[in-house]
Amino acid sequence: MRVIHFAASLILALWANASAALEVEEQRTYPGTGPTTLRILSTADLDVFEPFLLSFQASVPEIGIDYTVSSSAEVFRAVAAGEAFDVVISSAMDLQFRLANDGFAQSFVSDATEALPDWAKWRNLIFAFTSEPAVAVISTRAFAGLPVPRTRQDLISILRENPERFAGTIGTYDVRSSGLGYLFATQEARISDAYWRLSEVMGRLDPQLYCCSAQMIDDVSSGQLALAYNVLGSYAGQRLAGPEGEGLQIILFEDFDNVMLRTALIPNTATAVTEAGAFVDALLEVGNRTEKGEWVLPPLAPSSAQELSFGPIRLGPTLLVYLDPLNRRAFLESWQSAIEQTPD
Amino acid sequence: MKTSGSISRRLTVLLACVAALLSVLSWSMVTSFARQAAERTQDNILEASASIIAEALRSEDGEVRLELPYSAFSMLGAISEDRVFYHVTQGGATLTGTPAISADFVSPAPGQTRLNTTTYQDEPLRVAAITRVILAGANRVAVTVYVGQTRYGVSLIANDLSRTAALLSIAFFTVAVALSAVVARTSLHQINVIAEAVARRGPTDLRPLRQTPPQELAPLLQSLNRLIDRLSRSLRQSEDFIAEAAHRIRTPLATVRAQAEVALHSVDDVTEKKRMRQIIRAVDESSRSAGQLLDHATVAYRSENIPDTAIDLAQIASTATAALQPTADMKDIDIHLDANTAMVRGDDVLLESALRNVLDNAVKYSPPETSVTVRVRTAGASGEITVSDSGPGLGDEPFEKYTERFQRGKNAEGTVGSGLGLTIARDVVLAHQGRIELTNNEGNGTCVSFILPRA
Repeated sequence: MRVIHFAASLILALWANASAALEVEEQRTYPGTGPTTLRILSTADLDVFEPFLLSFQASVPEIGIDYTVSSSAEVFRAVAAGEAFDVVISSAMDLQFRLANDGFAQSFVSDATEALPDWAKWRNLIFAFTSEPAVAVISTRAFAGLPVPRTRQDLISILRENPERFAGTIGTYDVRSSGLGYLFATQEARISDAYWRLSEVMGRLDPQLYCCSAQMIDDVSSGQLALAYNVLGSYAGQRLAGPEGEGLQIILFEDFDNVMLRTALIPNTATAVTEAGAFVDALLEVGNRTEKGEWVLPPLAPSSAQELSFGPIRLGPTLLVYLDPLNRRAFLESWQSAIEQTPD
Repeated sequence: MKTSGSISRRLTVLLACVAALLSVLSWSMVTSFARQAAERTQDNILEASASIIAEALRSEDGEVRLELPYSAFSMLGAISEDRVFYHVTQGGATLTGTPAISADFVSPAPGQTRLNTTTYQDEPLRVAAITRVILAGANRVAVTVYVGQTRYGVSLIANDLSRTAALLSIAFFTVAVALSAVVARTSLHQINVIAEAVARRGPTDLRPLRQTPPQELAPLLQSLNRLIDRLSRSLRQSEDFIAEAAHRIRTPLATVRAQAEVALHSVDDVTEKKRMRQIIRAVDESSRSAGQLLDHATVAYRSENIPDTAIDLAQIASTATAALQPTADMKDIDIHLDANTAMVRGDDVLLESALRNVLDNAVKYSPPETSVTVRVRTAGASGEITVSDSGPGLGDEPFEKYTERFQRGKNAEGTVGSGLGLTIARDVVLAHQGRIELTNNEGNGTCVSFILPRA
């Protein structure tokens, strides 16, 4: 155990701005009829997850749910620090994987986990229940008269040719603070050189940096942004379906796409292990659904568009590569020098 | 017969045990080889991964810089879902990674690779280490890269192969048991051949065994032949003894009878004559009994070796009738012979002795001045000799009683006799694969038939 603590403290040291207390963004308790309350720590917003929580509680009313939303980095830090939760859900695959690899997750086997394809789980410690591509969302008004970019190369050309139109209206993740943004950025940089060229082009356009997909999409919708790059397709789809969806367009680039797996794990600190298992089973059941259904979060089964790509980001030790502080430092240095340029 | 178990079964079981032992041995060897192979594969991958990371080391502004190469980790995740840890030290101080995995590890010399198994978080961890010297500014710094991986995948592969090996071993064992049974049966074939040859022999076949035995059975066969030899010699001695005894007893009795006869004629006194007659009768009876006893013994020995000679029952009947004629004459009994040729196979001495004994009974039990009839016939596949008398007939006792040794019928009370006559007849007829029939004549008298297979 000493070793684990040592590892944990080392990991903590990597996230220098971490404070002792968990930074909670949202929290809601759904009391159950029984004494057990399932403590869930998640990166998914409440309005996205609430339909699932309610349907779960409808089927198992005796289990109370305490749902806490925090950023992926915070989620990782809290679990690695040994804070007690029963289920941890995160969109940052790399951090989730690291938790499993470093021994913070406990093994769980059920019919539902056995039914998962091999790429959607790792050692029965971590389970994927959605596959969500990174997309670009554009404001059709801002792109009026311009062709809709189909590849990243198209986008680079458009941005390069219209610097005054797009200056200050490009939004993307601040990869320094967003775990998911960092994951998307590193994977993209690994797959294609286009990422750095695009970053350079964006950097010249005084990009706006965001922590979360939802705010970026909000700003596109309000006309503040012309383009939000690398946002979660699921959130964008939800927004597009709503009343503010008019004037928004989702672009799934054809050259390659980055598909993130939203994953759940049961940490070692879990006390309501049985209930946590039931919750994960319910999650996987929804994740394995064949119809898109009403829930915003897409199912695990790849859509027809995604079949063309390499498949989702692989759950495996390669996720550790960009978590290494040396790599992270080097990547952030490159990213910063590309994105934070003084505009001409 | 009580046996100490089957050699064939014992041999099969023993061979099966050997096969089982070999199966288990081969299974455990394959299992261990599979594990070694899987471990070596993992070692190679770990070494490759560590050396890829080591190659990515560079120095910049007098500092050691490292960007972990993606490929170093993708190869680790390619085969199995194993937990991965790494640690990079620069002159003993941590550059990056998890220090705990190299805690009990002596860093290898520059340019060297070292492998070690350690325990991390209660799980065995295989760690490869490689040291490289980097020129950072003016200083030469030894940088060691440790890459560790759990052995989950190794166990998975090893267990998988072990399971396959177990199935193969079971198959091998099954085939080996089947072959063992065949081998055992084949090996015992020669023993069975000899055993069958011995069993096939007739009860009186005392010739030595001529089979060529396998080396292991030669002593047994030799002992058996010696035993047979001793037995046949002792049988011959017994026959000789019987012949000798018969001769020695009968001859003096004949002399005594002749002298008594002379004495009978030379005395006039009625009382003396009566006494002499009693002596003669007693001597006759003794001679007859001795004859019967010796006949019985002769039958017992000779019937074990019935020769395959063709003989005519009519000839036998005529000889026996002639032998009994003097006795019959004394009682004025007429022996009527009605003989047709009937050929059978066997021992003429025995058959004659049998007929003589039956005829003797007939004469003895018939009242004076009656007749005894001897008929020889063929009927279907049998040759028959029938002796009918006019005696008191048989009682209502079962047939077996008359042919038992020293047993006599109720109707024979008051007549001197040993009770051996029908026993001798029965033994002889049975030794010739025939049968004997006893019936009462209509009116009075007994009818005895020998029914023998024809030649």
